[in-house]
Amino acid sequence: MAFEVMLRELSSGLLVSLEIFFLTLLGALPLGMIVAFGRMSKFKPLQLLVKLYISIMRGTPLMLQLLVVYFGPYYIFGIRLTSSYRFIAVIIGFILNYAAYFAEIYRSGIEAMSKGQYEAADVLGYSKTQTFFKIILPQVIKNILPSITNEVITLVKDTSLAYTIGVAEMFTQAKIISAAQSSMTALIAAGIFYYFMNLVVAYVMGLFEKKLNYFK
Amino acid sequence: MNILELKNIKKSFGDLEVLKDVSLSVRKGEVIAIIGPSGSGKSTLLRCATLLERVDRGEINYLGEAVTECVGDKTVYASKKQLQKIKGYFGLVFQNFNLFPHYTVLKNVIDAPISVQKRKKDDVIKEAAALLEKMGLSGKENNYPHQLSGGQQQRVSIVRALALNPQILFFDEPTSALDPELTGEVLKVIRSLAEENMTMVIVTHEMQFAREVADTVYFMNDGFIVESGTPEEVFDHPKTERMKHFLERYNG
Repeated sequence: MAFEVMLRELSSGLLVSLEIFFLTLLGALPLGMIVAFGRMSKFKPLQLLVKLYISIMRGTPLMLQLLVVYFGPYYIFGIRLTSSYRFIAVIIGFILNYAAYFAEIYRSGIEAMSKGQYEAADVLGYSKTQTFFKIILPQVIKNILPSITNEVITLVKDTSLAYTIGVAEMFTQAKIISAAQSSMTALIAAGIFYYFMNLVVAYVMGLFEKKLNYFK
Repeated sequence: MNILELKNIKKSFGDLEVLKDVSLSVRKGEVIAIIGPSGSGKSTLLRCATLLERVDRGEINYLGEAVTECVGDKTVYASKKQLQKIKGYFGLVFQNFNLFPHYTVLKNVIDAPISVQKRKKDDVIKEAAALLEKMGLSGKENNYPHQLSGGQQQRVSIVRALALNPQILFFDEPTSALDPELTGEVLKVIRSLAEENMTMVIVTHEMQFAREVADTVYFMNDGFIVESGTPEEVFDHPKTERMKHFLERYNG
């Protein structure tokens, strides 16, 4: 197999990896906020339920979670799903997992805010919603950005776990090519791709951080 | 009519009784200084008056409008809507300023009048510029709080409170977080407000300042108001042992 052909196949895998990456962020970043509010809820049953959810998501391998989301509907409920469900299962699994991590990052950021900011907003007459979106959230985002960057970098590498249920993302492709060629070239090329993706992630997140440097 | 009336206020945190039975009223244009040792309940009283804490018992009203009422042996707070309205009557200046760090000086001042009071942006900006100038903050409009000195930040927070046109302004130890050389500029600003007959309640450890600026001084100790009167009465002719003791320690 020519080097070019290998790169072309890896690139098609790379597109799938990117799809997983962006769809996961699109789903998990907002869902994480909802989960964080559930976790901080004063309504105990909800709080406990969300705590359990976060604990399971963080306490078991993502690989296992993907398998459960993919095979669960059949083995547990006897529902037969088409093969296109593979990709959907990956996205659901990733979003559920990452939302739990993002939720904890949001929570740490929100709880670290000084009481004085809430009190100042309260005395000035801001509503609860105004206080959160205008006063608290912008400061929380600045403070949690480094932790979010960490998580996003991990996500880039984690997309390779879609391999577990046979979604043809970059790592799956690399493994197939490498086996066919009895050579490590494809794996190393894939490694370089992951590395560069993360360089881009780190660069972009760095720009965001810089942009928020105007206040302390 | 009194701007603020507090009657028989009681407040505990768990087993700790912080306010045991406190009453005071504030006339229009009156400047009140509340002094007393740490832990005497001064700040808690201010926080109850500004609705940051809920009292256990007692009546609070602003301009005759009830914040709390005693019904039988229960103390009931007014509706959320009513409380929201009453919040517009007063402003509070915090010890630690609590400016919004992500807003410029100007935005700190104009945001609440625009997004809470729904006033016209142009009018609010004009008023804010005049207030900032008066407080010696011209040219700082586009700075962020962290670029200012503590004294400047505290003056911005005073302007922020004034921009909502409150009937009464509370100060919770406004100079306690400042370096000694910066307290002067903040006290000067408060003094100028007193000259304009702004109604104010000031919790402070600055005895000399309290004596100069206040019409009435309240001395708090252990959850009670122990002494009150004109500065001369309280500082020069204290009636209680506790007050004499307190003054001796302050005067060295």
